[in-house]
Amino acid sequence: MSATAEPAEEVTGPDAMVEIRSVHKSFGPLEVLRGIDLSVRAGEVTVVLGPSGSGKSTLLRTINHLEKVDQGWINVDGTLVGYRRSGNKLYELREREVLRQRTAIGFVFQNFNLFPHLTVLENVIEAPVAALGRPRKDAVAAAEKLLARVGLADKAGAYPKQLSGGQQQRVAIARALALEPKLLLFDEPTSALDPELVGEVLDVIKDLAHGGTTMIVVTHEIGFAREVADTVVFMDEGRIVEQGPPADVLDHPVQERTRAFLSKVL
Amino acid sequence: MSAQTEVPTPSLSVPPGEHAGKEEAPRIVPVRRTGRWAAAVAVLLLLAGALVSVVRNKAFQWDVVGAYLTTDSVLRGLGLTLWLTGLVVVLGFALGTVLAVLRLSGNPVLRAVSWGYIWLFRSTPILVQLLFWFNIGALYPQILGVDTVNLLSPIAVAVIGLTLHEAAYAAEVVRGGILSVERGQLEAAQSLGLGPWRRFRRIVLPQAMRSIVPPAGNMLIGTLKGTSIVSIIAVQDLLYSAQLVYHRTYEVIPLLLVATLWYVAITSLLSVGQYYVERHYARGTAGAR
Ligand SMILES: Nc1ncnc2c1ncn2[C@@H]1O[C@H](COP(=O)(O)OP(=O)(O)OP(=O)(O)O)[C@@H](O)[C@H]1O
Ligand SMILES: [Mg+2]
Repeated sequence: MSATAEPAEEVTGPDAMVEIRSVHKSFGPLEVLRGIDLSVRAGEVTVVLGPSGSGKSTLLRTINHLEKVDQGWINVDGTLVGYRRSGNKLYELREREVLRQRTAIGFVFQNFNLFPHLTVLENVIEAPVAALGRPRKDAVAAAEKLLARVGLADKAGAYPKQLSGGQQQRVAIARALALEPKLLLFDEPTSALDPELVGEVLDVIKDLAHGGTTMIVVTHEIGFAREVADTVVFMDEGRIVEQGPPADVLDHPVQERTRAFLSKVL
Repeated sequence: MSAQTEVPTPSLSVPPGEHAGKEEAPRIVPVRRTGRWAAAVAVLLLLAGALVSVVRNKAFQWDVVGAYLTTDSVLRGLGLTLWLTGLVVVLGFALGTVLAVLRLSGNPVLRAVSWGYIWLFRSTPILVQLLFWFNIGALYPQILGVDTVNLLSPIAVAVIGLTLHEAAYAAEVVRGGILSVERGQLEAAQSLGLGPWRRFRRIVLPQAMRSIVPPAGNMLIGTLKGTSIVSIIAVQDLLYSAQLVYHRTYEVIPLLLVATLWYVAITSLLSVGQYYVERHYARGTAGAR
């Protein structure tokens, strides 16, 4: 747990929502992240592309501390994730504090991970009530608004398994939004969906993007990246190979590896 | 066992000409299952024969069974069996859940202790364990300044002995249930900022219950019958109450039948209860209402 790069405040620009600096992460002998540097400005959408196994999910998971980093640091909205800095040391935070940090970061999983034994409404109000201590009545009112926003106002009483994959993922998005996070992380939100259901989920995400939510989206949907992303990041073998506006990275990639990847996906 | 293979697949396309002009669908004629009928009749005849012999054999002494079925001492024994079962199952599963959580914890010492407990209590017969607790006074004549004999009545020994044994098995059942919950569930709960207790109580345990309830129902029924072992330390449960009577009257078979009928009745009720509990925890899964 040593910080290699110069940590924290001075590097953080005024409108940087996420600052990732020389993050390394290994699973046993396998180095999955080999020095990641990335900044995401508030209100911007960053799309992460890359072949399977390149470390995209791992990177997302380090941002809300589901995975601990081995080296480097991550700032979200000016706060170090998972650590407290004192002098030149990073002290690991207690779980309570990490949990509190996580409430500011929404995470949407590839497999939705809705709670199958709870109704749609209960799924959405769980975190506001249990993690933020909101009164149930307020949480229900807010949840109903969110469900309407993702087009599922009439499904509040249903159980997840009674919904289509697209509907389940929209509930999962509503559940993440219920904490009013400053940052939303999507890990291949449409990869588990039948092709005809991809659109309805992407539409919801686009809607959020236009509403100014800061987000990082791992996806293979190049069309979505072109339309919505402010920045496209291409990862391979644990490194960021290339990043920039979609018009550059997608249409005029500089790096050979990016070109090779895009030619396969497009 | 499946009769599926015997059923001829109805052909979908009707050969031209056979039903020319007529739109009536061909009728399906099932295979005659002569062997199946013969087997059923034979088994029913055997059962009827057995039943007749049980009713007509005077040695069963059904009148005596009837006379003792609801006597005070038998009912008191039944009562003790019931509350002992309830207490042992509740305490056993409470301790078992703690053991399961320790076993799955990140702390290697706690993991090892839990493993050792389960290993020890599963590898000795419950009869030996009960006799051991019954004679614990030989090891510790006094506990906290009180004579062990006064502190541990036979009933207390029964509760302690059965509970510690039950907990070892319950721990494995609960652990299996916890492991059956998808990892993503825990990650989703963590990413939503839910604390460890809330994650366990609200997210993991209710889903684990789906896999816990069937074996737990088995254990409950096993424990109900298993409590009869306390008769060897003279605790007056259902079996021991029946034994007390037949030691006096020598009506051994009818009194064993009294106990049997009660065990069967309670077990049947528990099975019905298990059905409803399973249905409750199946909510939200495919096919459940
Ligand atoms: N908990 C873990 N333990 C061991 N290895 C892991 C773990 N999580 C991920 N890995 C490995 O790390 C590498 C990167 O995984 P990651 O899931 O980040 O890739 P990805 O870019 O998201 O790939 P995909 O497109 O397939 O989702 C893979 O080789 C994977 O097997
Ligand atoms: Mg991935």
